Amino acid sequence: MKRDWMLLLLLAAAVLALPNFITSPYYFSVLIFVAINGIVVLGLTLLMGYAGQISLGHAGFFGLGAYFSMIFTVHLHLNPWLAMALGLAATVVIAFLLGMPTLRLHGHYLAMATLGLGVVLQIIFKEEIAITGGPSGTSGIPYLKAFGIEFSNDHKFYYLAWIFVLVLFGLSINLIHSRIGRALRAISQNQTAAGSLGIPVDRLKLSVFALSAGYASLAGSLYAHYFTFINPSPFGFMASVKLVAMVVVGGSVSLWGALLGAALLTSLPEFLTVLQDYEMVVYGAILILVMMFAPRGLAGIIAKIFQYLGLGAKEENARAV
Amino acid sequence: MEWYNQLFQYLISGITTGAIYALVALGFAIIYNATEIINFAQGEFVMLGAMIAAALLAMAPMPIWMAVSIAIVAATMIGMIFERLAIRPVKNASHMNLIIITIGGSILIKGVAMLVWGKDARPMPGFSSAQHPIKFFGAAITPQSIWVMAGMAVAVVLLHFFYEYTITGKALRACAYNRKAARLCGISVERMVFFSFALSAAIGGFAGVLVAPITFAAYDVGTMLGLKGFCAAILGGLGSNPGAVLGGLVIGTLESLAAGYVSSGYKDAVAFIIMLAVLYFRPVGILGKRAEKV
Repeated sequence: MKRDWMLLLLLAAAVLALPNFITSPYYFSVLIFVAINGIVVLGLTLLMGYAGQISLGHAGFFGLGAYFSMIFTVHLHLNPWLAMALGLAATVVIAFLLGMPTLRLHGHYLAMATLGLGVVLQIIFKEEIAITGGPSGTSGIPYLKAFGIEFSNDHKFYYLAWIFVLVLFGLSINLIHSRIGRALRAISQNQTAAGSLGIPVDRLKLSVFALSAGYASLAGSLYAHYFTFINPSPFGFMASVKLVAMVVVGGSVSLWGALLGAALLTSLPEFLTVLQDYEMVVYGAILILVMMFAPRGLAGIIAKIFQYLGLGAKEENARAV
Repeated sequence: MEWYNQLFQYLISGITTGAIYALVALGFAIIYNATEIINFAQGEFVMLGAMIAAALLAMAPMPIWMAVSIAIVAATMIGMIFERLAIRPVKNASHMNLIIITIGGSILIKGVAMLVWGKDARPMPGFSSAQHPIKFFGAAITPQSIWVMAGMAVAVVLLHFFYEYTITGKALRACAYNRKAARLCGISVERMVFFSFALSAAIGGFAGVLVAPITFAAYDVGTMLGLKGFCAAILGGLGSNPGAVLGGLVIGTLESLAAGYVSSGYKDAVAFIIMLAVLYFRPVGILGKRAEKV
């Protein structure tokens, strides 16, 4: 617990220090993408690693956040922050409605339901042209403003995006070290046993699912206000699979792993543009190989190295089992 | 034009696509019964069947039955290799990890297909040399539609006899009822899992060669077909073979009617809306076994 907060402080220091070493705005935009994906992946990690459920539609929730922000600001002229909050509320309600019938069932019904929702949402984004702008999208989304600063360039937005990451990370650390976090770990180990100990299994799984959808919605709103333009293409099935891949690569039982996975899989394709045609092959191979040979992902590998070096990662390791 | 003039035409095309969804759904049911894994790569076997047959016919002149047979055998082999390389080595992993592996397998197969055959859709000739549609109660039925429906019917009948009257089929059913008990009776569960992957890849490949002359073959046709076949499996009741067929036909028909009468843009959403409704109101599906509540 203490170590997590120390690491978070280190991360905050790194976020502050990094701009001194960055020369090109292009790297800022990569880091902003890492932050936006990182927020979604944090929520997805809570769901996969701590509630033991897969979502194959998180790009859909991400898209909901972006589209709600666009609709509330461009069509209804609301304040962007209010739009972000309303979008968050609406997305969480939708997640509740979707999770309620499916999370009661044993098995992976949530995976299918989220997959279905993701596909339907992308069709809605494409077809409701009067509201969403259709396949060509909508532009003119206003920038976010706070304390007289307009987050209108990469450098400024970098700080905003990473403040969101740090705050949500702190919240997540708090959550997993609380009673609820312990209850969730019990659920992911054995649902029946957890239930017999008086843990409200269905309700907790549902809450974590709604929370993870909320994270995705916030990230979507940030995305919309960063680009000031959205179209349906980044919110499809492949995007959801990429998000799952980030969780898997990072190690689904570690929040730090989530950030690592997001950083790695977001920045690699930016630097290895030759990968473009091989994208599907690479992601498919990553999912299979990590699951076969390192099911605890990068976080598991790092924990093992620390253990090998005798650097007292016992607590971390016990948790990651 | 009155609405009922078109009705019969919509029903015919709905049943044709429904037959394909039914075959895909059967593939899901076979693997789910033997392993309780939802094989997200099911749609890619359909794509492989279609692509391999179309590519063979474009490469060398050969009779269509030969290309079709080679394509089905090749899809089956790929299903077997996938089980051996990616499923069997991790058979003790959690269901979540196995599902992630099948998602990975699906994207990997799709990506390789794109690299090998390119992004363009390829045409494939129909099974019959006669291409004239047959008039039937004012609706036009293409010969390939008849092939699809007949092919589905033959596959269902063969599968029924296989499950009811052969030792392997009975062993597969035993695994579906109770894997531990099946093992105690001397059934090799590993072999049955392997066999179920082979069987469902073969059915997927078969669906692919049937549908390719109607829709063209492309590296990305499998995803949507797989997802909709999956919706059909849920509607019918995951794990039920008659349910899979019924679910496929119902979804195909409703999709065609919705495209005709409501909106063609939302055609692809129909299957998923039905699936979400089923999960809400009757998660065991039409013919499914009782789902275990937690």
